Amino acid sequence: MSALLVAPVVWPLATAAILVLLQGRLPIQRTLSTASAAVQLALAAVLLARVATQGILVVQFGGWDAPFGISFVADHLSAVMVLVNGIMGTAVAVYALRDLDADRERLGYHPMFHVLLAGVNGAFLTGDLFNLYVWFELLLIASFVLLTLGNRREQLEGGIKYVAANLVASMLLLTGIGLLYGATGTLNMADLALKLPLVPDGLATTLAMIFLVAFGIKAAIFPLFFWLPASYHTPPVAISALFGGMLTKVGVYALLRGFTLLFVADVALTHGLLAWIAGITMVVGVLGAAAQTEFRKILSFHIVSQIGYMVMGLAFFTPLGLGGAVFYMVHNIFAKANLFLIAGIARWYAGSFELKKLGGLYRHRPLLAVLFVIAAFSLAGFPPLSGFWAKLVVIRAGFEVQAWPLVAVSLSVGLLTLYSMTKIWLAAFWSPAPAGVELRAGPAPALLYAPVVALALLTLAMGFASAPFFALAERIGAELTDPTGYVRAVLGEAAAAAFVAQGGAR
Amino acid sequence: MLIALLLAFGAALVAPWVTGRLGRSAGWLLALLPAGLTLYFLSLGPRVAAGEPLVQRVSWVPQLGVELAFRVDGLALLFGLLIAGIGTFVAVYAGGYLAGDRQLPRFYLLLFSFMAAMLGVVTSDDLILLFVFWELTSITSFFLIGFQHESEESRANALQGLFVTAGGGLAMLAGFVLLGSMAGTYRISELLASPAVLVEHPAYPLALALVALGAFTKSAQWPFHFWLPNAMAAPAPVSSYLHSATMVKAGVYLLARLAPALGGTPQWFWLLTLVGGATVLAATLLTLLQRDSKRLLAYSTIVALGTMVLLIGVGTPAAIKAMVVFLFAHALYKAPLFMAAGSVDHEAGSRDVTRLAGLGRSMPWTWLAAGLAGISAAGLPPMLGFIGKELAYEGLMGAPWLLAGLIAAGAVLLLVAVQVAWVPFAGRTVRAPKAPHEAPPSMLVGPLALAALGLTFGLVPGLVQDGLMRPAAAAVLGAPYAFDLYLWHGLTLALGLSLLTVSLGVALAATWRRWQPLLLARFGGVRVGPVAVYEGGWRWLLRFAALQTRFVQSDDLRHHLTIIVAFTVALTGGVALWRGGLESMVWAPSGAYLHEFLYFAVILLATATVVRSHSRLVVITSLGVVGFGVAFVFVLFAAPDLAITQFLVDTLVVIIAALVLIRLPSSALRGEGGRDIRWLSGAVAIAGGALITGLLLAVTGLPFDGALTRFFEANSYPAANGRNIVNVILVDFRAVDTLAEVVVLAVAAGGVGALLRRRLGRGDADAARREPDGGAQ
Repeated sequence: MSALLVAPVVWPLATAAILVLLQGRLPIQRTLSTASAAVQLALAAVLLARVATQGILVVQFGGWDAPFGISFVADHLSAVMVLVNGIMGTAVAVYALRDLDADRERLGYHPMFHVLLAGVNGAFLTGDLFNLYVWFELLLIASFVLLTLGNRREQLEGGIKYVAANLVASMLLLTGIGLLYGATGTLNMADLALKLPLVPDGLATTLAMIFLVAFGIKAAIFPLFFWLPASYHTPPVAISALFGGMLTKVGVYALLRGFTLLFVADVALTHGLLAWIAGITMVVGVLGAAAQTEFRKILSFHIVSQIGYMVMGLAFFTPLGLGGAVFYMVHNIFAKANLFLIAGIARWYAGSFELKKLGGLYRHRPLLAVLFVIAAFSLAGFPPLSGFWAKLVVIRAGFEVQAWPLVAVSLSVGLLTLYSMTKIWLAAFWSPAPAGVELRAGPAPALLYAPVVALALLTLAMGFASAPFFALAERIGAELTDPTGYVRAVLGEAAAAAFVAQGGAR
Repeated sequence: MLIALLLAFGAALVAPWVTGRLGRSAGWLLALLPAGLTLYFLSLGPRVAAGEPLVQRVSWVPQLGVELAFRVDGLALLFGLLIAGIGTFVAVYAGGYLAGDRQLPRFYLLLFSFMAAMLGVVTSDDLILLFVFWELTSITSFFLIGFQHESEESRANALQGLFVTAGGGLAMLAGFVLLGSMAGTYRISELLASPAVLVEHPAYPLALALVALGAFTKSAQWPFHFWLPNAMAAPAPVSSYLHSATMVKAGVYLLARLAPALGGTPQWFWLLTLVGGATVLAATLLTLLQRDSKRLLAYSTIVALGTMVLLIGVGTPAAIKAMVVFLFAHALYKAPLFMAAGSVDHEAGSRDVTRLAGLGRSMPWTWLAAGLAGISAAGLPPMLGFIGKELAYEGLMGAPWLLAGLIAAGAVLLLVAVQVAWVPFAGRTVRAPKAPHEAPPSMLVGPLALAALGLTFGLVPGLVQDGLMRPAAAAVLGAPYAFDLYLWHGLTLALGLSLLTVSLGVALAATWRRWQPLLLARFGGVRVGPVAVYEGGWRWLLRFAALQTRFVQSDDLRHHLTIIVAFTVALTGGVALWRGGLESMVWAPSGAYLHEFLYFAVILLATATVVRSHSRLVVITSLGVVGFGVAFVFVLFAAPDLAITQFLVDTLVVIIAALVLIRLPSSALRGEGGRDIRWLSGAVAIAGGALITGLLLAVTGLPFDGALTRFFEANSYPAANGRNIVNVILVDFRAVDTLAEVVVLAVAAGGVGALLRRRLGRGDADAARREPDGGAQ
């Protein structure tokens, strides 16, 4: 069991190490990289199945009991996120086989990719706050290398903004962790949940703000998001897709974890603040997208906008809201990454990401058009695609807590999302190809299409057969709302009893 | 029902394949599906008429209380028959109309998807399920309006239709969720069973307004009417099916469906009668400006939809009876009129009624169909349209103003019927852009059959009275309602009003050629009212979006960092002050020695030098001094290992930074921006430092829980076999951190290596192909 819990980190790290040794032997690297991603996906699926049957799983590294060593914890949320990361990793690994140029592969794309996957999984699984910081560092440095791989000028310009903002986030996170350790004497998150109530509420809430900013930068909330649209459109599509799908969601995950398990001393204040941030993030992001005319830049701003919906679910702080936030996040990862991948195929045909240089794809590439419609209309929240249920559930959660203004804002933002998606549709698909643009003949490689089709099927599955997904979301919502089970799994029965006695159970 | 719907969706999926195989004649084969569905609905007729609705429920998303619940009562049956029945003829008609179009396979996919979705709308017994189908009709309508997608006008119109209906749909969704939370269920039949709960709920007005928004946008009510005439960019089969007979009636359907639950209140009455009345009025006036046969029909459709909303708003049994009959009659005459207009366009090359004449000789069958339908549309006997109009007058007897409006509207409807069904066909001289000839059989069957039905039901209304009209009216009223339909009512007031209407209409039609050009010249180019608001709103919004994005998304890294730090300070500092976060702060410099202040002063001085200096070397050296000062603080507080590490790191950083910076061009360090910017940056930086200092003091003011330290001290040697506790923490207690940090270093090294290599793809043809425009523009 413990091997299963560690595998999502160890497996890709080991893969990366072997890939480094195979540097320069591209065919073997490609095969190994793709196969390893698929194995990681399988491992993640087994992990989730195990969590679903056995409940929260915990590993204490080195046999040092919590809170003295480092714990890995897989509850439903963590296991789902690891599985999603496995899916995305595999999809992107396959896509990259055709999308990525040999130069970038020689520069070390393959090992970096697996290090990134390891970092993301580590962040999802760790039960230790400082360890979370370390995984953040790992995924930051790996993503920075991937972002700038190839040294194109705009990549470096975007990369600098990316790394500067994210380093500040790391610094703030480290500062926050240090202060928190000073106040509680512990780093283990379950233990922190137990000891934070002993800290004066005012101070605990103040420290929570530092984490809000640190995680918020990673999640790209307002007003901390500008690094994202400045950089996400610069690397090759395979890399953009992974970033656009997964990376900001690590920040959202951290917010979800932090503001359910740890920072709940003054929910009216912290989550009220989150509600404001959610609303403004949605609006600013979607308006930013409306002003763009490049496929990937539109998508990048939409990442920001839709982070707002997830934070909105968190802000409601009810089982339905939290479960809805997670459902929204998973839907969004699939749909958004898929749109990036579709942008890449559109570019394969028409040679550009600029909307005014695209066209004619509906007439000539109906399959691509169908795939785009699935992903784009799902993103815009049209039924019965996954995005509709995601929207419906957060709206319903909003109705439950009577957050009328935020519900109204989120609905209106939906219309603007539709605007951006139809803008792409009109320009790239319906319009005839502009003069001078000749669509490349022949179908794009099947390896580019395969992951897009797979992700579209997932979007359809989450839409048409959403009940099992909601069953999971419901359990996640319950686990996040009442972390007693988390504390019990990590620290044991006595600690759980103490946690309940403190009023930690909700 | 579920199986029927699945069949319909399945048929949509195989339709392109069938069309690809059969080509021209595919329409005849494909029409078998809607024909079968029509028979299915007919077979439900007796039980529905007997008051036993068909009910089916399958679990779907139990967590949200959403189920695949269907219920076919009288209202659903009426709509289902219209959708499947007219769908049959439209499928055949489209095969002829779009013969040879290479997009025909896609067309059938969309058409059947729409049909299935529309059937879903009218049979759903679950609000959320209804919404799912509702939005599907909006999407398919979008794709169908934009069917001629290479024309910019088509695209723009498709988009407009989508935005208006989807915008209303969003409001409607909110309304549905609200209704669900008010009643505790999404099941429509349960809502209808307990109207008091809804009507007396404080949120009732809001829920009503939201749901009505959805219905009004879909059914093209004022002020959202403008998308419908623009939807005429779609091919004629689409216009006749979606935009007259079925989809635009979805809003009417919804209002009728929810009338027993939400109706009967003053709010309901005023909202629906005012909006319906305004719609009738606006569309009546706008019709006068039209010359395009499809736009004429589109505006007359809006008049009809407004009339139906009005009648639902009045809500008396007489009004509901009129609504049901009028709705049925309208579908039966409007669809063939659109088809005939499409045939004329197809075979004679124009839709401009001023450019057409004398087509009757070459297109007799089309004329026959158009003529019959036109008589019904004009509200003349012996057609069903006559009965519908008479009933509408009777239903509004109590409201003279509404009645007057309806009479004016009736006159204009007659005018439209003349323009579309008489003017292009009559006369001896043939005028048309291309040599006209009769439409193929596939394009005649539909119009003729539907028009003939209008005639048959007009002559013998008893055929549909018990099986269709009564159950439908009963469903809207929420109670059984027995009434009889007659073509001849006797010499009633309504008949007199009909005569008045006809004479008005004839007068209008007879003089049309004289006043219409004048009217068009005066008002033709005027764009005011809702459409101007809509377009202006979008323009304004997009301008604002561009502005805000320029403002928010600065290109300057320094802005980014300033915003981050300032936000941190504002948020954290604000909360600290507001919630007393710094109360535990202990300000106790007592016991500090003089030399400790000395280190402090050195660090401060070096920092000031960093900020003030313009020489790189000085800056780097001063930074080194800051680092060394911190290291000495470590020494003072008994952390020699930390101090050594700090010394090492700082020394290396200074050396490396000096080596790098010396090679950079000298302009790189010049302070950019004015004095203000520098002051702002300074203020933000100092505030950030002060905040962290304060927090540190607050935290150290608390008693420290040393459980971890004690555990490490106690176990380091006995359990982990290491005397140096720090080492044991690094390689054992927290070995995972170390592992990851080692990887971080390795990755950083690899990244530096990648950065140092030459830029990509110079002369590499493949890479050049892949990177034609690359990234940031």
